Amino acid sequence: MSRRDEILGRIREGLRLRVHEPKRAATSSDGVRTGLTTREWLPAVPNDPEGIVETFARNCVELRTQYYRVTGLPELSGKLFELKDSEGWKLIASHRDPILDSILPSLGLPFLLAEDRPATADVERADVGITRCDALIAQTGSILLTARSAGGRALSVLPPHHVAIARESQLLPDLPAAFELLNKTYGDAYPSLITLITGPSRTGDIERILVLGAHGPRTLTIILLRDPR
Amino acid sequence: MSSIFESQFRASATKLTADLRHRSLIRKALKGYEKSRDEKKARFQDWEAARQAAAETKWEAINHLDKYLSEFADNLARRGTKVFWASTAEEARNYILNLAREKQAKTIIKSKTMTSEEIHLNEVLAKAGYEVVESDLGEFIVQLRDEAPYHLVFPAMHLTRNEISHLFHEKLGSPETDNPEELTMTVRRDMRIRYCKADIGISGANFAVAETGMIAITENEGNARLTTSLPKIHVALLGIEKVLPKLSDLALFLPMLATVGTGQQLTCYNSMIGGPRQPGETDGPEEFHVILLDNRRTHLLADAEQRDALHCIRCGACLNVCPIFRNVGGQTYGTTYQGPIGSVITPHLRGLRDWKHLSFASSLCGACTEACPVKIDLHHHLLQNRRNAVVLGTGKLDRIAFRGFAFLVNHPGVFGVAVKAGRLVQRLHRLIASSKIDPLRAWTASREAPVIAKESFRQYWKSRHK
Amino acid sequence: MTISLFIPCFIDQLFPSVGISVVRILEKLGHKVDFDESLVCCGQPAFNTGCWNEARDVAIRVVDGLKNAEVVVIPSGSCGAMIRVFYPEIFKGHPKQEAALSLAHKIYEFSEFLVDRLGVVDLGSRFPAKVTFHNGCHGLRELRLKQQPRQLLRQVKELTLVEMDDQTSCCGFGGTFAVKFPMISTAMGEAKCASALETGADFLVSNDSSCLMHLQGLLSRKKEKLKSIHLAEILASF
Repeated sequence: MSRRDEILGRIREGLRLRVHEPKRAATSSDGVRTGLTTREWLPAVPNDPEGIVETFARNCVELRTQYYRVTGLPELSGKLFELKDSEGWKLIASHRDPILDSILPSLGLPFLLAEDRPATADVERADVGITRCDALIAQTGSILLTARSAGGRALSVLPPHHVAIARESQLLPDLPAAFELLNKTYGDAYPSLITLITGPSRTGDIERILVLGAHGPRTLTIILLRDPR
Repeated sequence: MSSIFESQFRASATKLTADLRHRSLIRKALKGYEKSRDEKKARFQDWEAARQAAAETKWEAINHLDKYLSEFADNLARRGTKVFWASTAEEARNYILNLAREKQAKTIIKSKTMTSEEIHLNEVLAKAGYEVVESDLGEFIVQLRDEAPYHLVFPAMHLTRNEISHLFHEKLGSPETDNPEELTMTVRRDMRIRYCKADIGISGANFAVAETGMIAITENEGNARLTTSLPKIHVALLGIEKVLPKLSDLALFLPMLATVGTGQQLTCYNSMIGGPRQPGETDGPEEFHVILLDNRRTHLLADAEQRDALHCIRCGACLNVCPIFRNVGGQTYGTTYQGPIGSVITPHLRGLRDWKHLSFASSLCGACTEACPVKIDLHHHLLQNRRNAVVLGTGKLDRIAFRGFAFLVNHPGVFGVAVKAGRLVQRLHRLIASSKIDPLRAWTASREAPVIAKESFRQYWKSRHK
Repeated sequence: MTISLFIPCFIDQLFPSVGISVVRILEKLGHKVDFDESLVCCGQPAFNTGCWNEARDVAIRVVDGLKNAEVVVIPSGSCGAMIRVFYPEIFKGHPKQEAALSLAHKIYEFSEFLVDRLGVVDLGSRFPAKVTFHNGCHGLRELRLKQQPRQLLRQVKELTLVEMDDQTSCCGFGGTFAVKFPMISTAMGEAKCASALETGADFLVSNDSSCLMHLQGLLSRKKEKLKSIHLAEILASF
């Protein structure tokens, strides 16, 4: 018998004695769920587009995420230029993507592209990782990204500063919407890594005092890109 | 007879309960947690409905564990993950040892995993000559001190910044500082080098998603992301009870875990890993190994009465509200899993005879059950463990005493005589109260004994109904 | 109605005025109070120590003795929880299971009975003092009694109710726990006393005399002025 069969056997043996399902308050008499969903239990999110943007922005403040809203590629490029100057970037790590492709060269800095498989030590030396993402989540102020959408696993966590760029259409109201999107986008072929990033890296392990930049980026910047009208 | 573990528990509890510095340190740390937890909880539209749904989801997973575990393993294997089923701690350790040997690994980096504490992995790997480093700041600190984590979620919450500064100064040669940020940066710099050179990264998992074959890891520091991204080999070690049926279940579990675990809406990083680097991906480990550990969890599963203890998502909420935990501290338990959940499950995992005392070391206040996000009936399970311990034949003296008591209360004549005798004894007792020869010293060492009233209620009742 | 009173052993011997107060209050409200002297203990100490068979030996007498009662009132959340929540547990599959369940359905903790069953909150009591209230955990979490005692206290004339920090945390009594693990019990009690003392109250009130016995023991040892008192004793001040 294989180890797997051994363990599964013990599980089936253990489960022979059935126990009742915990009673749900919100069920109808025949035990059918009465329509309440995760969305209705989680923190409320406004359902108008501006309300969603505001919720997202408020969460960013609370999380100490830098958040900017720009209109059009020139403004995006200007914002990145500003960050480059104020932070003194010298080396950028990024990945291939239509928006990034059109903007990165204009920053006038050397950049590493994930697709060229740079050495880990080189990515570690980069001052910033600039990536796209799958979505933003207003409810929690999170970025949803995957190994496919954001140039692999390391770009968004290894450099000391992570800049994520999202189109406004990528802003989702809540977590259930994020999981619906994942299912719709990837179905049966999920990337090997999906991650929800909620604020810059932090720790409270010393006297429960908040310190940013424990192991991941100390600075997280999210730029929301509006299409020009 | 009390076990060696009980003696150790008592000795440590006696020391810690008298340590007022410890008491105030833990109280202060948890005050901040309580405030943010309550604030985040209040943001939920319906926290109680969320708890109920979470309990039902885990019920579904645990009560069909064979089905979901198979699904989880098959989905992982389909995308190139090697799944290993370990019945015992030893099998899990040997798998990792063999892997390290086969890959000629030298350095192993770990992100926080209580399951590896459970199987004492670090000791075994270190003994075999591997350099093993914990990357989570709190875990790293307790590793440097060569001690067990204090708390499931906050491993170093019993230490002050000054103690940590001394530790780093001594072990890492860093300058003394009372600035938590500087201390954190010392570890950040040190750890960066290790991530890059580590041959194997070992992580745990908070959840195992059956539907898509993914593990989910919740963390704040980013160390788990680095541990699972940079080394060529990633090994995830997890208990078989971690399973959730659907990926979308995480939409509920991730915010609930963060809310009661650390008082956040979501922790910084929630990563779902479904395989090694896939075709077309630019980085990530070449190999991904998942070890599914039983280690007597099936024993707990077979106890229908306490099966829901396998719903546990190791959030630590029950520890944080537990007055026992707060007074005796996490290391006093002598277990991998501290606090109420540890007191409930350790007898199942390591034997009731040796670990029953944890179930007796409780005032049964029920704060744990109230706090549990997946509604484990924790304090009632402590009562059941007590009953099971008595059935096992331990606590014979208690049984004799209570048999005598039952006899007394069932024979009012005898009871009356006993009560009169009690009054006499109380007068004599005053002479020796709280002295070393006082048989009631367990009470009177710290407390005045109550005084038997001049007229009992029964006497009052008799006199007014004459 | 006729109310059967259950007076647990320690109230009978150590705190009889609690029982007397309950009688006075119920009679003032125009009810007949009945008391079976042969019922001494609900069996909780044995139950909590794991001796469920021994607990049942005691409980059988209680179940039989209260078989014909219309309602049963008990001035202790802890004993109330034993009968309502744990009797069904220890009588599972026992010939007296039905009788135990029926008792579980008609037993009330004292404050619960006044507020939820009788709908009374104002007893015309007067108690000029500053008090703080401690919830016994069994009453609080097994019977879900939190507001009832407070509703009653708020109607007491000249009484000021101040809440303490960590108001729902356990005092550390816990039955046999208090003597099996006295060091933990004491540390918990000290924390509770500190919170109560911080309020500057004159009295520490509870609906469970067992918690108060433990806390008063600690307070007396430290020669603190804060005095413990059962809710019923305050409400009977009319």
